[in-house]
Order: sequence, then structure tokens, then C-alpha cells
Amino acid sequence: MVVLDIETEDGQREALRRMLTIRAFDTKAADLFSDGELPGFVHLYVGEEAVGVGACSALESDDYITSTHRGHGHCIAKGLDPDLMMAELFGKADGYCNGKGGSMHIADVDAGMLGANGIVGAGPPLATGAALTSHLKGEDTVALAFFGDGAVAQGQVHEAVNLAATWSLPAVFLVENNQYGEATPVEKQHNVQNLSETAEAYNIPGFTVDGMDITAVYEAVKEARKRAADGEGPTFIEAETYRYHGHFEGDQQPYRTEEDVAIWKDRDAIETFKRRLVDAGTITEAEFDEMKAEIDQQIEDAVGKAKDAAYPDPSEAYEDMFNAAVPEISDFSSGMRADGGENR
Amino acid sequence: MSTETSSGTGPDQTKEMTIREAIRLALREELERDDDVFVMGEDVGKFGGVYEVTGDLVEQFGETRVRDTPISEAGFMGAAVGAAATGTRPVVEIMFSDFIGVCSEQIINQMAKNRYMFGGKTEMPVTVRTTEGGGSGAASQHSGTIHTWFAHFPGVMAVAPATPASAKGLLKSAIRSDDPVIVFENKQIYEQKGEVPLDEDFTIPIGTASVEREGEDVTVVATQRMVGESLELAEELAGQTSVEVIDLRSLYPMDTDTLVESVGKTGRLVIADESPLSYGTHAEVATRVMENAFYSLDAPIQRVGVADVHIPFSPALEEEVLPSGSDVEAAINRIV
Ligand SMILES: Cc1ncc(C[n+]2csc(CCOP(=O)(O)OP(=O)(O)O)c2C)c(N)n1
Repeated sequence: MVVLDIETEDGQREALRRMLTIRAFDTKAADLFSDGELPGFVHLYVGEEAVGVGACSALESDDYITSTHRGHGHCIAKGLDPDLMMAELFGKADGYCNGKGGSMHIADVDAGMLGANGIVGAGPPLATGAALTSHLKGEDTVALAFFGDGAVAQGQVHEAVNLAATWSLPAVFLVENNQYGEATPVEKQHNVQNLSETAEAYNIPGFTVDGMDITAVYEAVKEARKRAADGEGPTFIEAETYRYHGHFEGDQQPYRTEEDVAIWKDRDAIETFKRRLVDAGTITEAEFDEMKAEIDQQIEDAVGKAKDAAYPDPSEAYEDMFNAAVPEISDFSSGMRADGGENR
Repeated sequence: MSTETSSGTGPDQTKEMTIREAIRLALREELERDDDVFVMGEDVGKFGGVYEVTGDLVEQFGETRVRDTPISEAGFMGAAVGAAATGTRPVVEIMFSDFIGVCSEQIINQMAKNRYMFGGKTEMPVTVRTTEGGGSGAASQHSGTIHTWFAHFPGVMAVAPATPASAKGLLKSAIRSDDPVIVFENKQIYEQKGEVPLDEDFTIPIGTASVEREGEDVTVVATQRMVGESLELAEELAGQTSVEVIDLRSLYPMDTDTLVESVGKTGRLVIADESPLSYGTHAEVATRVMENAFYSLDAPIQRVGVADVHIPFSPALEEEVLPSGSDVEAAINRIV
């Protein structure tokens, strides 16, 4: 996997590429969903790209992340393959989870991606556990948990932070404050001004950063990663960002107006970063357009491949429950007998 | 607290010890055998566990591998899942199984579903040890026998030892398993003694029951404390009724073959398990026997358990609701 070193020009171009890939992937997913081509729920990351990519740029390739129900962006930021992701969205055998996980459960443990998660707030304890592994094995890896502003109200998130703080584990807790937990605005869910104030209760550093600025996210996570790797324990970071789409595709969004969304779109993270790179001469407008066209094509191809791919064989439904074989599953799936004859 | 050691012993040697000591021996051997194994839970370190099961392990293995946790079941259960997914083998103690509700999210949606949901590409070698059972006047929130919930839930294996040997053998299999296993320890029998193989590679495969006593007239399939009670009863009834006693040992997967074979021989079945009767372990054993040995049955299957009530505090009430050997005897008398 390519390590994303945002401090080099190549790294900056790669970061831009990943942000664009997320946007193209999720915009395409939105279209596919509205065309009735994708089963299930689809929660998109459009607007929040700087958080995922900024954070993953500050990580080493064998560091771990945990994710949320809004995980496509985290996957791409961590370097996962959009082809396999798209196949998973379609429920195809070629997908990351062989079609068993879908949009909300994409994982690639080998790539350090411990899974998108359908349960709000369940990821941080897993990140604490991955950090515990690193501590127990004396490794240099760090685990970063992405979670939403809504998740900050979940008890297990606080347990996870407390555990990591108490044990000085190499963990980073990164809240993506996209201003809403489903339809309820953040200020109706929390009684603090900044969610990073949470850190005070655990006596760990806490920062609130501009989540529309990839560099701000990168710098905060980089510092947090260094602290974690140096054995100084976790950091709690809040990145203020915004999701341009509804909570899920199909959400009518009665809780906000187009003007509300437009205010944030004016500060679009991809536009801002692109402008910065163009001004610095890292990329030309023409190169940017070329990159964008390439990515759009890549996503088109991913959709084509995913559509052409085979569904898993129905018998696969009975696979992967355990590493060890249990007779139960084969007995039950092969049909129980009613005549007293031999079945077992 | 005794310190068992199994060094320098031959493969067939055994030693008499309690269930508590057998569990501790299994933990010690596995911590010695595999650096990836670690133990965590509330007060498992210097204090030695509220039921003194982990004892002095922290002295040998240190606080890194025998970890006291904050009182946060969801936090450390979730950490165990994350740790297992990234290459370690956690053994988590949940002080009382009644507390599992507090962390059931991490068990149900994370530990149990991870492997399947991710297409079989993650391993989940978590062992959860927890205590069950009434009999100590601890009242409803510290006396439950909840193993049915988790034996029922796809994606976790569940075992329940009844003897020191099975306590050692099942726990070692659980720790070595790449699948999540919950070990349900009945706290009333921690002091029960028996011979335990000292062989460090002695394990009992998960999914196997054990015929503890052979008999001809009736099969009693029992778990945990009810195994000992049933064996005592079988001894008392010897000469009058010949009782075959099976220790189920593994709740999921379940050794249907051994049950079917036994009922094929005796034609009668009593199921004795200290859990509520509705929708539970009893029902599962009964159904499997019905599905596979219906024509061997000469009488209706009998269940012995808790009558769908919580475990009360007063000794007079607690004794009333907990199943015992006399309930098994009554059940046998109804059908033999
Ligand atoms: C435990 C739990 N409760 C409720 C839900 C339903 N739900 C899914 S996403 C969501 C909102 C989460 O908000 P937040 O954490 O801010 O993340 P965001 O969607 O804004 O990225 C809710 C309530 C759930 N999936 N899990």
C-alpha cells in the first residue's frame, strides 16, 4: 500500500487523488442508489473527505483504523481498492466481504481497516483493543478511531477513551463533527461547546480542528500519532466538518435547508486544497482536470466490473461463521428430517 | 491459594485439584505456551479475581499480561475484540454473567459477527470466562444462569464445565480456538475436586459431551452443578434404576450424536440444567433428541431447571427455585 506522505509533493497529489476518489465513489453510489441499483442503506462521506484523508495521511501504513456506518471515505483514505468496495456495495462475491457485509461493513484487516460499523459508538473500543495489541506486542503501530458527533453520547465511547487513557495506549480518537446525528443537530445532543472538551475528563490532550482543511486535520493527527507512538497515550480530536448529502440516501432532510449546506460548500475541502496546490505549483489546472477525469473513469470501471461480477453462490450463506466446522450449520442448512431416518 | 505446576510430569499423570485450580492451571499453561495470550478483567490481578480463580497469575506473568481493568465491561470487552482482530488472544473475565448485558453489544454485534460479516477474513480468538448460578444468597442480579442467550446466538461457541478435568480441558480448547468461546463457570462448584490430567496438551474438543456414568434405564443429560448432583443420585439409585449420566460440556456446538446414542439405549431422557426452562438449553437438547431419536423414546422427555423466575435472596426461596438431585429424581420417577 502507498504511504501517504502529505509533506511531499507526490503525497499531496496522492491526498488530492484520494479525496477526489472518495467524492467520485460516493457521488456515484448516490446515483446508483437513486436508480435502485444498490440494496440496503447507503451513508455517504461527501463533504468530509479532508477528515479521512488528512487523518490517514498522518498514519503509517500498518496503523489501524476503525470506522463508522459512513465508512467508504475511511476505506479509500486508508488505501482500499474501490473496485472491491464497489463490488461489495452490489453484494457481489468479489467484494471485500464476499457480499456478506455491504456498504456498512467493509473491512480489510490486512490493510489496517478494522471495519465500517453499523453500530454507532462501537468502533472506539475496537481501536483501544488494536492499540492494546500494539502495546502487548511492543509494536510501533497506532490505532485511530473515526466516530461521529452522535457517537460521543454513547457510553462505550467513553469507556474506550478512559481505558486507553488509563493504560496509555497508542490510540487516537477522532470525532467527525458533521453537525448532525441523523436528523438531530449536535447542539441538541451535547451540552458542551466543543466535543473535544471530552478530553479533559480523561486528562488527555483534546483539540478542535477545521475538518474542511486537510492540513489542519493532518497536523493534529500527526501530533497525536507521535504522542501515541511515544507511549504518551491517546489524544481526542474533534474535526468540524459537514456532510453534503442526507444522513442516508433518500433522506428528505427536513432538518436543514439548501442554504445551510451552501455555506459549507463554499469552504469545500477539495476545492481549497486544490487551490493551494495549484498556487504552489504542485499541480496545474490541466493536470487536476486530467486526474479528475481519470478517477471518474476508474469509478465507472469499478461499477462496470461490479455489475458484471457474480453474486455469491447461495451456499456461501452457510460459510464463514467459524474457523472451525460446526455440524449444526450443515445439518440445519441441509434440511432437517422428519421421518426418523438417518440424517447425521 | 495453591500453586500447581505441571513441569516434569508425564503425559498420563493426573493430580487431584478443585475446578478453581484447574481453571487457573489452564490459564497458567496457556499464558506460558503462547505470548499472545493475555488475561483481563476486573480485579483479576493482585486481588486474584473475586472468586480467586486467577489467583497469583499476575506474579508470574506481570501486570501487562494479567490486567486489571476499569469497571467498564463494554470498554474492555470491545478492546478484547479489537485486540483479537489484530493478533492477540484475549481471555476476558466478566465477574458475573448477569453483567454481560452491559457489554452485550460488543459480544453480539462485534465479536460474534465480525468473521461472517467480513467474509471470513478475520479471526476472533476471544475467550470470555464468566460465572453463573445461584446458591450463595446473592439474589437476582448476581445469580443468573444465562448461557442459553449466547448458546443461541450465532457466531459464539459456549461451553460449561462440570468437573475439574473438563474445566481445564475446555478452557484450553477455548483459548486455542480461533473462534469466540464463552466459558460459563458455575460458581457453586469451584471447590469441587477431581483428578486433572497434568499433560500440558490435554484439551477437550469443543462440541463433545462425556458419558460420565453408564446406565440402561434412563439418560440424564446434565450441565455444570447438575452433573455432580445427578451422579450422586445415580449412585443412590443403583440397583433400583440404572441411570446413565451425560455431562453435556459443550452447549454450542452440541454433541447430538452422544445424546442420540444414549437415548437409543435407554429410551428415556431427563435434561437437568440450571437455567430458566422456557426456550432454553433444555429445549435445544430435547429437540435434537426428538429430531434424531424420536422412535427410540419410550416416554416423554423431562426437564429440570428453574421455573422462569429470577433467583431470590432468602435461602428459603432460593432453595425452592434452584434445581437439585431430588428434582432429577422426581423427573426420573415420572417416566421410569
Ligand atoms: C447503537 C445505535 N443506535 C442508533 C443507530 C442508528 N443510527 C445510525 S447512524 C446514526 C447517527 C449517527 O450520528 P453520528 O455519530 O454523528 O455519525 P454521522 O452519521 O453524523 O456520521 C444513528 C442514530 C445505530 N446504528 N446504532
